[in-house]
Amino acid sequence: MSLASSKALPKRSHVLEDTLHGISETLERGLFAEEISLRRGLLQGLDARVKVLATLALLVGVSLSRNLWVILGLYTLAFGLALASAIPADFFIRRVWLALPFFTGALILPALFITPGPVLLHLPLGLVITQTGLNSALFLLLRVSTSLSLALLLILTTPWNTILSALGVLRVPDVFILILGMTYRYIFLLLHTANDMFLSRKSRSVGALSNANARRILASISATLLGKSLNLSSEVYLAMQSRGFRNTIVTLKPFRMQRRDWLWLFIFLAVTGLAIFLGR
Amino acid sequence: MTNDLVFDIRDISYAYDGKQAALENVSLTVRPGESLVILGANGCGKSTLLKLLDGLYFPTSGTIQAFGDPLTEAALRRDDFNFAFRRRVGLVFQDTDVQLFSASVMDEVAFAPLQLGIGREEVLLRVEQAMQALRIEKLRDRPPHRLSGGEKRRVALASLLSLDPQVWLLDEPTSGLDPRSQSWLVEFILKLRSEGRTIVTATHDLGVAKEIASAISVFDESHHLVASGAPGEILGDHDLLHRCNLSHFHVQEAQPVR
Repeated sequence: MSLASSKALPKRSHVLEDTLHGISETLERGLFAEEISLRRGLLQGLDARVKVLATLALLVGVSLSRNLWVILGLYTLAFGLALASAIPADFFIRRVWLALPFFTGALILPALFITPGPVLLHLPLGLVITQTGLNSALFLLLRVSTSLSLALLLILTTPWNTILSALGVLRVPDVFILILGMTYRYIFLLLHTANDMFLSRKSRSVGALSNANARRILASISATLLGKSLNLSSEVYLAMQSRGFRNTIVTLKPFRMQRRDWLWLFIFLAVTGLAIFLGR
Repeated sequence: MTNDLVFDIRDISYAYDGKQAALENVSLTVRPGESLVILGANGCGKSTLLKLLDGLYFPTSGTIQAFGDPLTEAALRRDDFNFAFRRRVGLVFQDTDVQLFSASVMDEVAFAPLQLGIGREEVLLRVEQAMQALRIEKLRDRPPHRLSGGEKRRVALASLLSLDPQVWLLDEPTSGLDPRSQSWLVEFILKLRSEGRTIVTATHDLGVAKEIASAISVFDESHHLVASGAPGEILGDHDLLHRCNLSHFHVQEAQPVR
């Protein structure tokens, strides 16, 4: 019996495929970020608390600096740190600049045209680009891209669980850190479950699936996942109780600052100070 | 907390939401150093029994005594009783994803001793020893969701070994494991047994039961305890095992594939 049918099937809804693709992409991205965080590189070798503090300081530096060249210098520093931390250059650039329109598009476009100032370029329909508008747009673009690059550096060079533990240095309560960690951990578990459910459904779907039916399946899978997550949460609470949890949490803080951590912390803070001073 | 028996279970019943029966009129004792295997088909109430013994659920009727003291919700609300009980009794859940809730393997292994008031230096020492014993040192910074089934099981056991409880409650410990991991786990349980730990294992795997049990209790599918005895006696009673859906006979003979 031939498995190939001569009769073409009607076009299917892409809702299931798109959802599946989205889930797989998220899982892959998580895996890739974790793989980078385990590589041997400059930032991977530093104490996570230094990275958290340095990232925050440099973000403040980027925000306070009013000189385009200083911000450009900080972006170059971030890019150099990425290379020294075994992050592929093309991946680092793509991740920042592809996300950029999402963060800035709605602000940059109007700023280009409506900011008053000396006219730089006349466009059709009476639109003009002013020098001040262009400067504002460039500032915004560079500030956001540098900030995103700095945040990306922290995320890519530090395992998520270590970033969470390092938040203790900012006096974030332990119980909050524990909840964040559990949320991240179980999101992945539920994503895997969702992936399996979608694949199982897909393997049993033949022929056309209308949008309405695809949405119905999506809703029923979401409801099942909600039920599973509720059950999971009560079981996890029992597992915590079983090992002595009584609504207050004691955590291990395994960090030890070494001389090179202090040195890099000093360097990052000095760079921040310099950026703020030069960018006044 | 002093008594010759680890657990003395008298005529307990348990029903989920007060309606759905999970255990009916069960009486059972667990002696120190015993390796008791609870045998029963899926859904017969084995996991529920372990949660009752761990003080996570409480019987709808009947009583449980742990080390001579009543194991009740009120008793577990008292810090002194809770600490003493949790330090002596540990449960390894069937679903390792439930058991492993921390962000990293190291945090997971350190969780129980930290909550139960053991000092930081002592905890670090225990964590190292437990990770070495289970050969998971290289996994210390890994998040649990990136581990294989066998690795998760090792981490789950390490998370209890760092506490070193006297009583180990193991819920279907070999489920989902490949043969090598199963064999390793049986060795681990036998080692605990040789060190004098009390072990209560819920399983429907007759092969595992034969290897680790010093006593066996059998539950039927209507949630009753139907037999207790020595492993040879219970595992040799084929009618009993068949009746309790623990062994089966094939009606059809295997035909050669053409």
